[in-house]
Amino acid sequence: MTGVVALYIFMLAAFTGYEVIAKVPVILHTPLMSGSNFVHGIVLVGAMVALGSATTPLEKSIGFIGVLLAAGNAVGGYAVTERMLEMFKSSGARGGKGSKGGKGGKDGQDGQGGAAKGSP
Amino acid sequence: MTDLHFSAEALIQASYLLTAFLFIMGLKRMSSPVTARSGILWAGAGMLVATLATFFYPGMTNFPLIIIAVLIGSAVAWISGRRVAMTNIPQMIALYNGMGGGAAAAIAAVELYRGEQQSTAGATLAVVGGIIGAVSFSGSLIAFGKLQGLIRKSLRFGGQQLLNLLILAAALLLGGLVASGFNVTPAAVTGLFAASLLLGLSMTLPIGGADMPVVISLYNALTGLAVAFEGFVLGNAAMIIAGTVVGSAGTLLTQLMAKAMNRSLGNVLFSGFGDTAAAATGTAVTGSLKPIEAADAGVMMAFAQKVIIVPGYGMAVAQAQHKVWELCQLLIDRGVTVRFAIHPVAGRMPGHMNVLLAEAGVPYDLIADLDEINAEFETADVALIIGANDVVNPVARNDKSSPIYGMPILNADKAKNVIVIKRGQGAGFSGIENALFYLDNTRMLYGDGQAAAAALISAVKSV
Repeated sequence: MTGVVALYIFMLAAFTGYEVIAKVPVILHTPLMSGSNFVHGIVLVGAMVALGSATTPLEKSIGFIGVLLAAGNAVGGYAVTERMLEMFKSSGARGGKGSKGGKGGKDGQDGQGGAAKGSP
Repeated sequence: MTDLHFSAEALIQASYLLTAFLFIMGLKRMSSPVTARSGILWAGAGMLVATLATFFYPGMTNFPLIIIAVLIGSAVAWISGRRVAMTNIPQMIALYNGMGGGAAAAIAAVELYRGEQQSTAGATLAVVGGIIGAVSFSGSLIAFGKLQGLIRKSLRFGGQQLLNLLILAAALLLGGLVASGFNVTPAAVTGLFAASLLLGLSMTLPIGGADMPVVISLYNALTGLAVAFEGFVLGNAAMIIAGTVVGSAGTLLTQLMAKAMNRSLGNVLFSGFGDTAAAATGTAVTGSLKPIEAADAGVMMAFAQKVIIVPGYGMAVAQAQHKVWELCQLLIDRGVTVRFAIHPVAGRMPGHMNVLLAEAGVPYDLIADLDEINAEFETADVALIIGANDVVNPVARNDKSSPIYGMPILNADKAKNVIVIKRGQGAGFSGIENALFYLDNTRMLYGDGQAAAAALISAVKSV
């Protein structure tokens, strides 16, 4: 990837980020902040590459900490965002009374667990 | 062999492209309440794809270490994320965000200690991303500590800004040395990260708890940027795109939050405010507080056409949101129109109260924010204030000497009747007398939020 292409990507991504959430209502500020917090958990792939190429003990230990932290960012960000968003329901969707949280969480759990366990 | 490498490379690039698409679509869907739930699933799928593909990265070693680190990090974060109470969400976001910043800094550290950067541009990006990531890491940990109540004092002293500036200068100087390649000793790299971590601490310690949401949002954007920069260093398109998108979306979100809280970003970062200043309390309020019994208040609400509920963080502290929603359901069944009016700072960060209400089962279309609902108070028969105080204080509109003058408020005083659920007679959290409580159309219902809501429920039931 040449430097100029990288700059194009940077510029277009910056506009995309701005436009995508430009009209977000206040009620979603907290979940969206949490969601974008999850998205930068993509740092996990970089940390994996860094640790994957580490040779000295120093590099390995820093890389290990990096992967540990990045996995925490991604999985933790997913867990809290999903919990918050699964509770947002409209009057129409209310249906049966006593809507309880925690139902949809299962699917997400398996999906993310796959990220951690299915990988090797 | 080259063919094999080529195909692995192509697979990875295709996966990262797919991931970038899923992330952007996910964020797009998360910005509307109707599609928000599916948005996180899209983004989650993107993360899964990218993570799996990365295991096929050419030349990767240390697989056992990688897998152990991923497993431990994921397990700890998953358990904490599922268990945390909804009231404590803000500090968990701070914590996870700090971890991301730390990871970006760790990538930079591995690259810089190795000292094999071919180009000055690459080294410079590694350094800048490393500084930003480290600042975001230590700053977010302080934000977590403050919101969790681990750090109660806001450390402030004269010349603090100057000290921060000096630390920043030191970090930049060391960064310049490392990036230019003149002095890539491990000591210089260590010094660079030490200065950056220190900067995050000294920048965040003076900021008060009330301003923390804006700070967390800012660090969220910064982490995104750090991830993007490290993405450039590694030539990783998924990191560049996702990091940049979060960087710009996070910056916009930070501005929106600061605006919703009536604060400017510069003010938050450099004024050392945010612990409620109790010095000036404004003009004294005259009049008397008029109490009401729960039975009478219940009758008033049961026969109303329209009731607007104004919840504040006090309601969540009293765990009264479930009772309040039960009360609303009774009223709705009687044909009363019920709306919730949410001030941007009703929770601990903009949008937090919506999450707390959603947890109790309140549908989001009954919840309105300040701009939507303010005109409706004039047509409301009852405004029920529970756990809110400053955000309904009319002095913000008309008393220039008040410290909250100019803050946008909910016009609850325009309702025909106002019922305020409140523990006792004292002034609120901020120490500012609330003129609303003394109005002729206001009645005070004394008691704990949950108990008062329960009393109202039985009153409505017995009508």
